[in-house]
Amino acid sequence: MSIKLPIYLDNHATTPCDPQVVEAMIPYFTEIFGNAGSRNHSYGWRAQEAVERAREQVAALIGADPKEIVFTSGATESDNLAVIGVARFYKEKGKHIVTSSIEHKAILDACHALEREGWEITYLPVDKEGLIAPEAVSAALRDDTVLCSIMWANNEIGVVQDIAAIGAVCRQRGVFFHTDAVQALGKLPCDVAALNVDLLSISAHKIYGPKGVGALYVRRGRPRIRLEPMLFGGGQERGMRSGTQPVQQIVGLGKAAELARLALENGEVERTRRLRDRLWDGLRANLDELYLNGSWEHRLPNNLNVSFAYCEGESILMAIKDLAVSSGSACTSSSLEPSYVLRALGVDEELAHTSIRFGIGRFNTEEEVDYAIGVLTEKIRWLRDMSPLYEMVKEGVDLKSVSWVAH
Amino acid sequence: MAYSNKVIDHYENPRNVGSLDKSAEDVGTGIVGAPACGDVMKLQLKISDEGVIEDARFKTFGCGSAIASSSLVTEMVKGQSIDFAMSIKNSDIAEELKLPPVKIHCSVLAEDAIKAAIADYQKKKAARAAAAAS
Repeated sequence: MSIKLPIYLDNHATTPCDPQVVEAMIPYFTEIFGNAGSRNHSYGWRAQEAVERAREQVAALIGADPKEIVFTSGATESDNLAVIGVARFYKEKGKHIVTSSIEHKAILDACHALEREGWEITYLPVDKEGLIAPEAVSAALRDDTVLCSIMWANNEIGVVQDIAAIGAVCRQRGVFFHTDAVQALGKLPCDVAALNVDLLSISAHKIYGPKGVGALYVRRGRPRIRLEPMLFGGGQERGMRSGTQPVQQIVGLGKAAELARLALENGEVERTRRLRDRLWDGLRANLDELYLNGSWEHRLPNNLNVSFAYCEGESILMAIKDLAVSSGSACTSSSLEPSYVLRALGVDEELAHTSIRFGIGRFNTEEEVDYAIGVLTEKIRWLRDMSPLYEMVKEGVDLKSVSWVAH
Repeated sequence: MAYSNKVIDHYENPRNVGSLDKSAEDVGTGIVGAPACGDVMKLQLKISDEGVIEDARFKTFGCGSAIASSSLVTEMVKGQSIDFAMSIKNSDIAEELKLPPVKIHCSVLAEDAIKAAIADYQKKKAARAAAAAS
């Protein structure tokens, strides 16, 4: 059997479309091309039927009513709409929002925009495992808090928050609760009622659907939630998101949601967990001084984030060019700042520079994982032989005691 | 990061990786950078009494261009005089490797490593001369 190189192990960044998703989408490019808003002919009706079917598929994945699903251009828009849309609609009620320091930039930057317009934001810290205690959320809520937004699973370290408990705290205090579920969907069972969430962001391309489409769950039952739209026009999506629906993309998201639900039921998710565990066990058997970033217990089944001490992240990526992964190292970003998520956990900067994120996906095999272990073992040893830090540590030097000349 | 072929070549086939005896009288050792900044270079030069750099070795923790810059520097100084080594500018290294702007600091670090290694050698030499005079 041959392995296709490079091996894709970056499934938190994006996932390939499942061939079944592509197949479902194809007729909607050419054959059933109507505008779902055209009410006067069959082209429009058929497009609308497809959009509504997809709405049902997405709702079924998260235990919602189809009427509660708003299609968007992706999770960035969903996150922006949840935070800014709710903040603006309820601005008479209060101008305080609670979130965390490890949220995706789609939340953090939306919060920064609101700060410039006079809102106050509380950024909750995380503990060294990457977790937020529901009690800490409770303590941060004020009488003028209108929204709390805490991600379900983090995109870098895969740490899973206790969303049901945090949601319960918010519900009790009458504060709307939003969660960015982009990374968790399809890996953890989701029921919006049990999770006590009022708003939830969804991305298609993280669950083997197409890029350019997502959804926002907006609760209609009690408490009913309203939001101020950010796009204005034809009043599609119940007025919450104007713009002609991209029917083929929405069909793709619907099919992806259906497959994600099946993956949870048929053991597919457990299979990725076994592969992830195999990768971690294999690396630890061959290499010393590996440090896991984030909680092991409260973690997505397909995530591994490891610091390979004494090897800088970008140089690791260059050495393992047969593997497609990403790094929290500064040198892989344009800002020259190491990952803000790792820093929020209190990970030492020197270790943050050496971190690599692995995301196992639906199409990875045991053979690929074994190949990855081999490549990493060889190349980390090669880099450590070249690392003055590894040499010093092996000579018994305490790196913390050295007075380094920062530049 | 889009690197030039020269960076890739020096990264994939680094020249003169290793260590010299840092306690030897004719070896100067320079360690520059900091782990928290993501790069540390160790450059060692073996220098004859006539001031000729007979051997050069490096070990580097850092990105691809930091490793390539140190590798290149060992090639540039080998067989050369101290004066020549002292005259190497970071811009010489950056130009030779066609480093992207965001990686210029790697060449600065490499220049600093040469100066630090030579300073260490000269300090040893001065200490030896002082000991001989007393």
